[in-house]
Amino acid sequence: MVNKRYVARRFALMLASLFIVITILFFLFRQVPGGPMSAFTNPRMSQAARQAVIEQYGLNDPLWRQYIRYMVNVAQLDFGQSFYYGSSVSALITDRFLNTMSLMLTAFTISYTVGTYLGAQLGWLRGTAKERVGMVVVLFVRSMPVFWTGMVILYVFGFQLDVFPIGGMRESTASYDTTTAKFLSTDFLYHLVLPVFTLSTYYTGLPLLLMRNNILEVLSESYIDTARAKGLTNRRVLFVHAARTAILPVVTAFAIAIGFAVGGQVLIEQVFSWPGLGREMVQASLRSDYPVAQGAFALLSAIVITMNFVADLAYTYLDPRVRLGES
Amino acid sequence: MSEETDTSGRTVTESRGTKQGWRRFFQNLKRSSREQAELFVQSRLAVAGLLIVLFYFMLAVISPYIVPYGPSERIYMADGTWASLQPPMAGHPLGTTDAGYDVLSQLLLGSRIAMFVGLLGAFMVAVIGTTVGIVAGYYGGWIDEVVMRVVDILYGLPFIPFVVVIATVFGASVWNIIFGVALLYWLSTARVIRSEVLSVRERPYIEAAEAAGASDFRIMAVHILPNVIPLSALYAAIAVGYSIVAQASIAFLGFGDPNVPSWGVMLQRAFVTQSFGEAWWWTLPPGLSITLVVMGAYLVGRGYEEVANPQLQEK
Repeated sequence: MVNKRYVARRFALMLASLFIVITILFFLFRQVPGGPMSAFTNPRMSQAARQAVIEQYGLNDPLWRQYIRYMVNVAQLDFGQSFYYGSSVSALITDRFLNTMSLMLTAFTISYTVGTYLGAQLGWLRGTAKERVGMVVVLFVRSMPVFWTGMVILYVFGFQLDVFPIGGMRESTASYDTTTAKFLSTDFLYHLVLPVFTLSTYYTGLPLLLMRNNILEVLSESYIDTARAKGLTNRRVLFVHAARTAILPVVTAFAIAIGFAVGGQVLIEQVFSWPGLGREMVQASLRSDYPVAQGAFALLSAIVITMNFVADLAYTYLDPRVRLGES
Repeated sequence: MSEETDTSGRTVTESRGTKQGWRRFFQNLKRSSREQAELFVQSRLAVAGLLIVLFYFMLAVISPYIVPYGPSERIYMADGTWASLQPPMAGHPLGTTDAGYDVLSQLLLGSRIAMFVGLLGAFMVAVIGTTVGIVAGYYGGWIDEVVMRVVDILYGLPFIPFVVVIATVFGASVWNIIFGVALLYWLSTARVIRSEVLSVRERPYIEAAEAAGASDFRIMAVHILPNVIPLSALYAAIAVGYSIVAQASIAFLGFGDPNVPSWGVMLQRAFVTQSFGEAWWWTLPPGLSITLVVMGAYLVGRGYEEVANPQLQEK
């Protein structure tokens, strides 16, 4: 079903995109006013110490040599040393990546489950007053800027009712032996509630609207009439017969939506002080910590590009009628 | 000698032909827009959306003349202290900010930047996306291949992080957001327009135009463009909302121009001062305004899509 040549070509294109994105980023960051040394604008730093840092990072080499060295290192997944933390960028962004993904995937799972269910219901109610009200509510919620939703939710549950923490990922005193323990602790789950609630509210719109439209299309097919004529209950017709077909495009949308959403995570991470990849990237940009900013951006891009690739493949795999790359 | 007359003669006929073509184009456009407007007003949601957008557009136009206070004009209490974080009251229906600024005035002035970014962003998305889509779809071959690969690569740039980088490099300004929107938001429009053009190109009247000696430009502008205008209008309407949210998001992250009053900057100030935990009158109005404009623009686009695509109309 999946054309091997197409997959290989698509994969090569994916690597080429990543290469170009990282290149653009490298040269963009060299244009920052103040130059790459602006992270070290400590006035007490002696001229000799300044020179030593420049030597250490190879910042006085010609640009093309720096570029080649950077690309060779990146190919080995070495993004250099952070100017700010002084530690390896790769380790740092891996940690931030896990934080971002734990938040995002939880929210996605909830919103796709809820969204598919509600979308099917809404499609079934077509033409009724309930549906019109439902649609207006859905469109309104979908139009709310996600960081503002976060602020409103924080206002209610964090400040006024004071039942949830107003930010962060865990208590500052907490420490864990393993990564697994860190992500399974009740402390972590407690901090996860509000950001996940905000994100789920925002993400539910897309699967909901998609599912509704698909259900509308499927319901006009004759096999649905047959199912009804057999005397099946509405519930059974909707969830066993119609929803099964209608859910296919929602599954593909899942992969694409993850790719698209990953760049926007920074907003929610900012509101809830969540130590994620996007927030790290923004802070690194503000601190002129290029190795971190470049590494975080490259990883964000890699996620987007990979997810588009996955979505393409999922599409061919799930729907055998689609045969890509055979034109 | 004869050569010269030949050339000039041809130029004359061609320009007359072009003129006639454009006249016909505008006549068609006028007739179809009247028909479509009649269909459009049948959708109550679409009309509601249009009213919301027009309302905020009107605010944007008249706000400099009606605002009672400047965006950074400090309000003082009777005892001479700053009127910091005052809840709504007479004279300040939406209260004041932590620095003692009038929230309503900031809100009204903020509609200007939102409308500016929204409409300019949508215009660029429509123009760039439609042009690229038509050229790629009409010529096909290597041009199409190159254009679509560029689209694929740009899809790999996450929007907000990219604008953050641009803002770091070139400084905080609203033009960064316009640039980001122009560079990254036309992609889906171009893809959709291209696939539409692929099917339009195969229609017999295009072949007839080619046989009659019409130039490529003429075929694209007069024969193909009118067919894809409904689609690009839909994507432009959606881009209004995208651009406004993009501007607010970037400003919220602290990369907006702090001297230009905007809804995003208002929310950012409320957030960084942590006043939003108390001052709901400061947080709610800008957020609700963004939501309403985005929803309004989307409803207009969807209503228009229903007009242009009869299959979607409710039976």
